[in-house]
Amino acid sequence: MHPAPSVIVFTTLSGLGFGLLFWLGTGITTPTGWTAFAFFAIGYILAVGGLIASTFHLGHPERALKAFTQWRTSWLSREGCAAVAALIIMALYGAGLVFFDQRWAALGWLGAALCLVVTFTTAMIYAQMKTVPRWRTWLTPALLLMISLAGGALLAGQVTLTLVLLPIAALIQIAWWMRGDGALVRSGTNLATATGLGDIGDPRAFEPPHTGTNYLLREFVHVVGRRHSRKLRAIAFVFGYVLPVLLLGLPGGHITAALAVICHVAGISASRWLFFAEAEHVVGLYYGKRSA
Amino acid sequence: MTALPASTQRKLGLVIDLDTCVGCHACVISCKGWNTENYGAPLSDQEPYGKDPSGTFLNRVHSYEVQPLATSDAVQPAAQLVHFPKSCLHCEDAPCVTVCPTGASYKRVEDGIVLVNEADCIGCGLCAWACPYGAREMDAEEGVMKKCTLCVDRIYNENLPEVDRVPVCVRTCPAGARHFGDFADPDSHVSKLTAERGGFDLMPEQGTKPVNKYLPPRARDQLDEAPQIDILAPFLDTVAEEPTGFVAWLDRALSKV
Repeated sequence: MHPAPSVIVFTTLSGLGFGLLFWLGTGITTPTGWTAFAFFAIGYILAVGGLIASTFHLGHPERALKAFTQWRTSWLSREGCAAVAALIIMALYGAGLVFFDQRWAALGWLGAALCLVVTFTTAMIYAQMKTVPRWRTWLTPALLLMISLAGGALLAGQVTLTLVLLPIAALIQIAWWMRGDGALVRSGTNLATATGLGDIGDPRAFEPPHTGTNYLLREFVHVVGRRHSRKLRAIAFVFGYVLPVLLLGLPGGHITAALAVICHVAGISASRWLFFAEAEHVVGLYYGKRSA
Repeated sequence: MTALPASTQRKLGLVIDLDTCVGCHACVISCKGWNTENYGAPLSDQEPYGKDPSGTFLNRVHSYEVQPLATSDAVQPAAQLVHFPKSCLHCEDAPCVTVCPTGASYKRVEDGIVLVNEADCIGCGLCAWACPYGAREMDAEEGVMKKCTLCVDRIYNENLPEVDRVPVCVRTCPAGARHFGDFADPDSHVSKLTAERGGFDLMPEQGTKPVNKYLPPRARDQLDEAPQIDILAPFLDTVAEEPTGFVAWLDRALSKV
């Protein structure tokens, strides 16, 4: 799949933002006044910034309101509805903390639950795709949720929680990569089933429909060299998971914590780039691009 | 709503005969022509005469080489070339429809055609992600999703002569490799063809239940196995084994030199 920057920025930042808002909602930390304002501002900048970035890849962003109508069937529509609901509820809850020094616990828990729903629906947009075997697993929502929770805990300054959650996220990440590498072959979809010519013999793509490229090749057939993908995985893993944990172990307060956050965001962005770039869409089979 | 209908009254679709298709791409061109001038946004091209041309097409013809497995009868069987037109299969369980966040994509209850209401399309591209066949293409100029309409603006069009009320790819095909009809009717031309020739689904494991069917290529004639009948051979036989007359003298004279 084409690793569109807008979608990488969206899933990375929004995941982090909604993770932070989740922990604020649970009341594990209850800042008030200006401290609360700072926490909520960071959460909203990340969550809303990500959502705005996601509209950049739309052909007609001015019609985006229509995307709230099909929540009965579409995970993308559900995500939009959940995001708006979570942002409204958390704004009310945040107002209580910032302006009235009040923690409205019920509202907080409702907002926290909605934040989880947002990340889950985002993950399901990918996990539902039968056409991309690498994504079609319960590990995808598990991974995105755990990264969101761990990153949120990191931003919320919950050191112990981060030291528990980030290693769990790292383990799911490894499992997701390992499962993903054989997913296309295991899916049973190949050029023989794609063309129905397997009964005669071994089909081979002889000539593409056009000499030039097209939307399908640009959008769905992105090939990453195995060597580069291994290197990037190592970078993503070290920055996203290992360094933040090590940095949190050091004394240094806000400076090491800020470094940990920067490392984490950089690592998760790399991991998210791979999430798209390595994903093999079965339409590539028709173009002979998936013979492994 | 982007919920799929439980059933459709008719199941309009195509049968594509891989045995007959000669790979001329006439269906590609006629499709581009008709659908640029009619239903919805035109099918744009980017840099059509530049160094990196590309464009929107609703129908594309691939070509595949199939190497039959060697048997004791045919130790080195010749590879078979199969031309493979591909357009929207108007699936019964169309995954492209249910993922649409705006309701722009829908499957018609009356005839099963999968369409896009371009006025509602936000161009998110998710339906193209959900389609395993690459049947949907985002138009780079209009920013909306384009797909085969089964020429919905031809098949019911009473301004056209009756012979033209079929998808333009079917009307154009010079080899008769494309057939249009109602698969819900077991006595229709397309249902019978599918039954007789063993029509199959593309990627059945994806669970999309495509309406369009493909007919398998027939086995090629094996010329070296059939008894040789050479009707010209008697006429080309040697007329005289031994030369006579002047040629015989020349033959003898030259042999002595």
